[in-house]
Amino acid sequence: MTSRETARSRSGPEDASHAPGYEVAGGYELHVNGTTRTVEEAWLGESLLYVLRERLGLSGAKNACEQGECGSCSVLLDDVVVCACCVLAVDAIGSHIETIEGLTRREAAADVQAALLSAGGVQCGFCTPGFVVAVYDLLRRRPDAGELEVREALSGNLCRCTGYGRILEAVRMVQEERSRVAL
Amino acid sequence: MGEVEPGADVRVALPRTVNGAVDAMTATPDAQYLAGGTDFCVEVNFGLRRPPAVVCLRRVAELRRAEVTPTEVVIGAGTTYADMGTGSLADALPALAAAARTVGSPQIRNAGTIGGNVATASPAGDTLPLLTALDARVRVLGPGAEREMGIDELVTGVKRTALEPQELVISIRVPRLDGPQQFLKVGTRNAMVIAIASAAVVLDLEARRVRAAFGSVGPVPVRPRQAEDELSDAIDWGRLSASEAAIERFGELAAQACSPITDHRSTAAYRRRAVEVVAARGLRRCLRDVA
Ligand SMILES: Cc1cc2nc3c(=O)[nH]c(=O)nc-3n(C[C@H](O)[C@H](O)[C@H](O)COP(=O)(O)OP(=O)(O)OC[C@H]3O[C@@H](n4cnc5c(N)ncnc54)[C@H](O)[C@@H]3O)c2cc1C
Ligand code: FES
Ligand code: FES
Repeated sequence: MTSRETARSRSGPEDASHAPGYEVAGGYELHVNGTTRTVEEAWLGESLLYVLRERLGLSGAKNACEQGECGSCSVLLDDVVVCACCVLAVDAIGSHIETIEGLTRREAAADVQAALLSAGGVQCGFCTPGFVVAVYDLLRRRPDAGELEVREALSGNLCRCTGYGRILEAVRMVQEERSRVAL
Repeated sequence: MGEVEPGADVRVALPRTVNGAVDAMTATPDAQYLAGGTDFCVEVNFGLRRPPAVVCLRRVAELRRAEVTPTEVVIGAGTTYADMGTGSLADALPALAAAARTVGSPQIRNAGTIGGNVATASPAGDTLPLLTALDARVRVLGPGAEREMGIDELVTGVKRTALEPQELVISIRVPRLDGPQQFLKVGTRNAMVIAIASAAVVLDLEARRVRAAFGSVGPVPVRPRQAEDELSDAIDWGRLSASEAAIERFGELAAQACSPITDHRSTAAYRRRAVEVVAARGLRRCLRDVA
């Protein structure tokens, strides 16, 4: 966000969308993992998580709490990590949605996934897709994040199995491996 | 997930301007504004809200602007916690940044907005204590006209506001005071916690006034007027210090001003004691910061 923006004009040429402009009746399109998908006969109140899982067959993002507390539904919305259960699906119209399936397909987080496996950071695996998305997002922004920053960045992802130590260990392994390769 | 009504019309407006948003609302009066969705969607998911139509605010660039001038900070209603926690906004309002960093989790901070926090008006809303302590003003646009009101006029009760159903919060104006400010929050852990009690404490060095407000200890944010008055007199503004007795007294009066309840998060007695502690601690930190 930029600060120090000047006074706004509430009318003028910028305001081309002055017409009320309600969209879509019955169906709409979403851009998911680089492809355009059609959602048909949806209810307005459906969350992005519900639409991904139940209507588009993308079950990678998990549903545990539906209240933003567990992070197992983490996805990237216009490149920002959010909980898909706290996004209304229709509010994602025109946005780019990337799920764990998309990251996996383009092998963007393959080392994160491998490190989680070898460190023992995957036990029941329910939380894993959410952690992969969160770790991917953290390390591309802050490759050298220290322990506290990693913990803060992953504080929205709950795991009931591992006690987190192995997940944090996996993050350290990825950081070491990536900095070794970069040298 | 709420029940699904196959074939029901999906009515959603995706305006890019403030006028577009209010026009969409005017055209469909039963619509509801949607910002980051972190309160809205949870209510829908749990069947507590059934929106007939929504006006999404995420694309309205004007709502995400923030302006820092020498005398005030104007924060667009769509400013997220992630935005508040860093950069020039955080430099200008460090206690708001501190509050923002305690909200939920990174995922929630990426989506949740200050406008949503104000419009939800939860007693535990973490931006509210600082906004209240600083007498922030809220700019609102409705179908008829634009108006501005104090945050204390806007928040009228537990999750109740003076907003008309079609009114859009545009921005929040916060005065910039010369002096330190602190935000403290008591909860069971550091991440993902709704406040048991929270405090904003501000020193206005120019006016030689202490300002404070507390969250989660009354239906609306509590402004401890008597505590502010007594302490403003007790502080040695030349040396920027206060006696330990005056600081303790500030905490006591602050706790007396609150009307906490017992609920699943805490008891009233614990909340009162927590306010006593965080009020005094916030004040000590302010004095430490200017020393
Ligand atoms: C897991 C989780 C943790 C949370 N933790 C905290 C916490 O620690 N502290 C805290 O304070 N809150 C917390 N919250 C609550 C929530 O994140 C905040 O209240 C947030 O600021 C809401 O903003 P939003 O943009 O998501 O609003 P939305 O959910 O989109 O909207 C909330 C309400 O405000 C209305 N609204 C939104 N914007 C406007 C506007 N510009 N004008 C008029 N009406 C508007 C909507 O119609 C709706 O009624 C948490 C929520 C979750 C899910
Ligand atoms: S299912 Fe979305 S955060 Fe738990
Ligand atoms: S591995 Fe089971 S919840 Fe994390």
